[in-house]
Amino acid sequence: MTNKTTPYAIELRDISKRFGAVQANKDICLQVPAGTIHGIIGENGAGKSTLMSIIYGFYEADTGFIEVDGKRVDIRSSQDAINAGIGMVHQHFMLVENFTVLENVILGAEGGAILKGGIDTARVELQRLAQEYSLDIDVDAIVEELPVGLQQRVEILKALYRGARILILDEPTGVLTPQEADHLFRILKALKEQGVTVLLITHKLREIMASTDNISVMRQGQMVAHRETAHTDKEELAELMVGKKVRLTVDKDDAKPSGTFLSARNLSQFDSQGVKRLKNVSLELRAGEILGIAGVSGNGQSELLNVLAGIEPMSEGEIHIAGQVITAKAPKDAAEMRELKMAHVPEDRHKMGLVTGFEAYEAAVLGYHNSPVYNGKILMHRKVMIDECNERMAAWDVRPPNPHLKTANFSGGNQQKIVIAREVEQNPDILLIGQPTRGVDIGAIENIHEQIVKLRDSGKAILLVSVELDEIMALSDRILVMFDGAVVGELDAKDADERTLGLMMANAYNDEEVSA
Amino acid sequence: MFETLILMLDATMRVSTPLIFAALAGLYSERAGIVDIGLEGKILGSAFAAAAAASVFDSAWIGLCFGITASVALAMIHGFACITHRGDHIVSGVAINTIVAGLTVTLSMYWFGMGGQTPTLSGDARFLSITLPFADALADVPVLGLIYSELLSGHNILVYLAFAMVPMTYWVIYKTRFGLRLRAVGENPHAVDTAGISVAFIRYRALIICGILCGIAGAYLSTAHNAGFLKDMSAGKGYMALAALIFGKWRPVPVLLACLLFGFLDAVAVRMQGVVIPGIGEVPVQAIEVLPYVLTVLLLAGFIGKAIGPKAVGRPYVKERA
Repeated sequence: MTNKTTPYAIELRDISKRFGAVQANKDICLQVPAGTIHGIIGENGAGKSTLMSIIYGFYEADTGFIEVDGKRVDIRSSQDAINAGIGMVHQHFMLVENFTVLENVILGAEGGAILKGGIDTARVELQRLAQEYSLDIDVDAIVEELPVGLQQRVEILKALYRGARILILDEPTGVLTPQEADHLFRILKALKEQGVTVLLITHKLREIMASTDNISVMRQGQMVAHRETAHTDKEELAELMVGKKVRLTVDKDDAKPSGTFLSARNLSQFDSQGVKRLKNVSLELRAGEILGIAGVSGNGQSELLNVLAGIEPMSEGEIHIAGQVITAKAPKDAAEMRELKMAHVPEDRHKMGLVTGFEAYEAAVLGYHNSPVYNGKILMHRKVMIDECNERMAAWDVRPPNPHLKTANFSGGNQQKIVIAREVEQNPDILLIGQPTRGVDIGAIENIHEQIVKLRDSGKAILLVSVELDEIMALSDRILVMFDGAVVGELDAKDADERTLGLMMANAYNDEEVSA
Repeated sequence: MFETLILMLDATMRVSTPLIFAALAGLYSERAGIVDIGLEGKILGSAFAAAAAASVFDSAWIGLCFGITASVALAMIHGFACITHRGDHIVSGVAINTIVAGLTVTLSMYWFGMGGQTPTLSGDARFLSITLPFADALADVPVLGLIYSELLSGHNILVYLAFAMVPMTYWVIYKTRFGLRLRAVGENPHAVDTAGISVAFIRYRALIICGILCGIAGAYLSTAHNAGFLKDMSAGKGYMALAALIFGKWRPVPVLLACLLFGFLDAVAVRMQGVVIPGIGEVPVQAIEVLPYVLTVLLLAGFIGKAIGPKAVGRPYVKERA
């Protein structure tokens, strides 16, 4: 542990911040020893981002102060933060996309009114930094042509170039592939060895356990616990985040599948460039069963969902549903599929699930807005819609239960509940559900998972697409693994483990078996 | 034939000058993320202020100062609406154009009572042509002599300034710290803000430069190209400059070429007045005057590819947490 006489790299004392009626941060104290990786974890809306914005000078705290290396600093702007040796890698990169790496790095630290000199010294300095921290990058590359992982590296270089000794990373792995994320954590370790202090903000338990020295947990604007990573575990952290015991597994009985509601044969789809995105996928959705589709994002799952839901046309194959046959020549659109008692919770609720500018009661009828229940001869029955929305909000515990609030202003979990309630309350036979808990708080995840299992037990057929392996394993009765647009494996949920699924998702399962 | 061509190119230079100033003005503004449809209004406002001041003080230079002041003031109104109050850039720009169109005529009637014109300028109240050294002596040298004495020599100082502004702008935009920040602020103001630089300050400075350049364009129209202010004398040059800006993809040299092309078409239009082309007959002037616009649409639609402007253009910058 740190010697008591050594000052902390950064110390927060009683930081509070209020936005109108919302107390975003309350009496936050935090001590981060120099040269450590410190994790800050909390649910969405727990106040992590506000706190980091205060440290980086976006907001000024109402009360409290910040000390860097034992000295009190007054941070009123990003410039002050930079001068204090604080660098930040934002969740959404703060890069000028059509600039080169070099131009991005020197922006704001050009070293003179004319660029020439600054660019030359920056080139040398970047080479030194790149070697010291193994952050190799082509400094003349245009940023938008770089993969996301490298763009993030530019952000890190930007901070280091400005002499940052304290590096804040806000949800850094949200946009990265698992490989890129691993690489990032190796870089952070290297930075730590060079004496840089790292503040890592995330809501992902797994990576915070794997990479940090100490962890602080935030809940509802307050710092509720500090732990040494070595002396805690995922369950304890999850509990601290939510404030109650969380079950990361779902209790459910074995599935009792009965009749087949939908069977798809050899579904294929070509995109506009003629690339085959979906390759001869066949599957059956059975009553009382959850079929999980596992796979790394972008391996045809979205296309599969869209083709089944009638949003995109199929190129080949056929779907049998409710006594009808749907083919490329005899397609049905999304509205017609709904009439065949198929409901769809799309993967991206902002783009496809909701109109974020609509009030909740309006969003709650989308897709069913032509139903006679909601319509008079000319006008819609506004009161019916609002009453129904009130009932559903109570039943699904949507907070705040206000049908007139714009859907954009609900948290991710509550938006998702609005969408799921809309689809489920129509009593469909088949439910397609994509990424049900993406961007959803842990408390709400539990609730959503329970609802999905309850639906299954009431005899619905459910297709679950998720990139979260934990979710697939917890919910599914049967699992299909997709890779490069094709189904590469099918297994019973009971036989599935993380390693097998992981290998299948990388399409390396058979190789491994052969060589083993 | 050769002489005709030289004369037409000579006219092109003169007609292009206000376009070049205005298009470069737009370049500074839009590269910084501020849509400036108010170029037109700024040119007109400056043309009036310059002509009025020049006639009162009998000095083209004082006129120029007044023109620039008026144009910068308009640019600051635009900035106040768009930067400080995050208003809609188009609305603010159109408002400026409308106000200026009415105000210039009203004020000139009130002050000069000449039906919306200013008194005709002469002598020191106008920018006069400069004859380059040896222009007369070299005039008889074949080809080169004609080019030197007719095409290069004999323009007023503002014409030369316009052409000098192009490499100058190139240097400022691409080679200086200010230029780097200006381009960054038009692409991703958040990146600039998090780098510890004030977005508003850069945008205001860009608008000041925009105002100065529009001011020179306006003064050129009323105190150099013409001899006094006429109602609506900017005649769409601000919009044409915007077209040139898009046509030139927001880059100084291509923008210059676009301005020259439009200027050339304008010179052709003047030349073609009353000319009878065999088999077609007399070409209506309007048909040629419309060419720059048609050309912009056609070329943008097919030939030069997609014109992608600065990404953050027209969007007010709202500071928000990451």
